[in-house]
Amino acid sequence: MAARDPVIVGVGLSDYPKAPDLSAVGHHAQALQRALADCGLEKSAIDGFLSTGGMAPGDDPVTLAETLGIEHRFIDGTMVGGSSFEFHVQHAVAALRAGLCETAAITYGSDYLSRMGRALGTGGGRGGRRVGGPMQFDAPYGNSLVGAYAMVAQRHMYEFGTTSEQLAEIAVGVREYAGLNPNALYRDPIGVEDVLGSRMIADPLHKLDCCVVSDGGGALILTTEERARDLRQPAVSVLGAAGGMTHWNIHQMGDFTRSAAARCAPEAFDQAGLTPADVDVLQFYDSFTITVLMLLEDAGFCAKGEGGPYVAEGFLRRGGRHPLNTDGGGLSSCHPGMRGVFLLIESVRQLRGQAGEAQVPDCDVALAIGSGGWLSAIGAVLLGRGGNA
Amino acid sequence: MEVVKGVDWQKPLPEPDPLYSVFWEAAGEGRLLYQLCPNCGHRQFYPRPLCLACGADPEWAEASGVGEVYTYTVVRQFGAPPFKDELPYVVAMIALPEGVQMLGSITDCDVDAVRIGLPVEAYAIAAGDGIGIPFWRLR
Ligand SMILES: [Zn+2]
Repeated sequence: MAARDPVIVGVGLSDYPKAPDLSAVGHHAQALQRALADCGLEKSAIDGFLSTGGMAPGDDPVTLAETLGIEHRFIDGTMVGGSSFEFHVQHAVAALRAGLCETAAITYGSDYLSRMGRALGTGGGRGGRRVGGPMQFDAPYGNSLVGAYAMVAQRHMYEFGTTSEQLAEIAVGVREYAGLNPNALYRDPIGVEDVLGSRMIADPLHKLDCCVVSDGGGALILTTEERARDLRQPAVSVLGAAGGMTHWNIHQMGDFTRSAAARCAPEAFDQAGLTPADVDVLQFYDSFTITVLMLLEDAGFCAKGEGGPYVAEGFLRRGGRHPLNTDGGGLSSCHPGMRGVFLLIESVRQLRGQAGEAQVPDCDVALAIGSGGWLSAIGAVLLGRGGNA
Repeated sequence: MEVVKGVDWQKPLPEPDPLYSVFWEAAGEGRLLYQLCPNCGHRQFYPRPLCLACGADPEWAEASGVGEVYTYTVVRQFGAPPFKDELPYVVAMIALPEGVQMLGSITDCDVDAVRIGLPVEAYAIAAGDGIGIPFWRLR
């Protein structure tokens, strides 16, 4: 590795899935403290800061930097929804390579569950009001967040014969991993029949096809390979990081069966010189079961339209070819509004061999793919074990 | 496009905006509009300040008011009124023969009878201030 190659050296999770005593900003702070302790760096070493804002008062990147006491040379406030943190890795990597900063922190925090309750995906906060911008072509019809993904699932089923049973397999496999995570919101094992028997929220998505609502936060610290050598934890290499966006509002998704992952995942693989066959563990955004299926196909793990049968083979399950969401995912563990940071942190834990009972054997390469908006902004990050993966 | 009047409109309304108001005002008069580029012929919806294909100034064109279901969902849970009081209802993407897609709602039908590919026809509900909101019915 070259001296300025970017690596992840510290990760930290704040208390989740419920932390009634923490504000959103409190989650940022706690996760950052834990990430610093993880790698043994002082906060004063951070000269690059990346965060989204948009979850709570006082969490905009500049106010956060002030609150956390981070004097930065490089700052990035990219906000593209749940995949923002995969985009942040891409930007931090470029900044580190260019010498715009030496050590960068990415932080996220949300108190959604404690502050707003569980109804987020089904229009709890929407009523009669005036709506500006392109959302005015959506708002009069009472579409929900779940409804948008449900329309994607419905089209996928129509074009390729995908079934509710196949989608349910994804939730079942992720729940099995949640059972190994003492912090996961839901841990009891479920079967396909439990998913299909749960309440229909928006056809064809059942309650158990949908992610949970939780509190939580996370932080990552990146620096150059040279600086990482004397730190506490084994460095995790960023092998590839790419992002892309095809639309923002769901009514502008031209082809409801393809996402920007079809372009950015191959780009990340090209950067790394790897293919899907080289990946040992998947951390995919699982806002809904259909999200995983789309990302799986678009990233090239199977052909377009073959995601259903692929999942039904059990390839994503514990012990399968590409185990998925080993922390219990957004479907069972935590989803505090934007989940992309957790995908990266769980990838790092796996590559360090620190994932406990959920550890994937011989885990050398992890792929994290975040999805923001309505399958709109997709960010793919390939991470590798040690300095020589 | 038929315009249904006298409905007590409780749902969200568009904020006044010169870019979009022509569309809503035309719907109030029974005309369903989309944008057509006089330079390259590209068709688009929702309205934009430029042609998405070539960057020229788009013009308005009137759609025939028919279409078919590209995809849909039946919303069975929604937390806020007035939608909460109408559950279950259909939200759908409608493909127009003019080559654009519009999000909408299909009404006046058994929600479980909706399928991808079914033909639909637009109507508008007068929502005050001279504007109309397009909806769809099975043909
Ligand atoms: Zn044009």
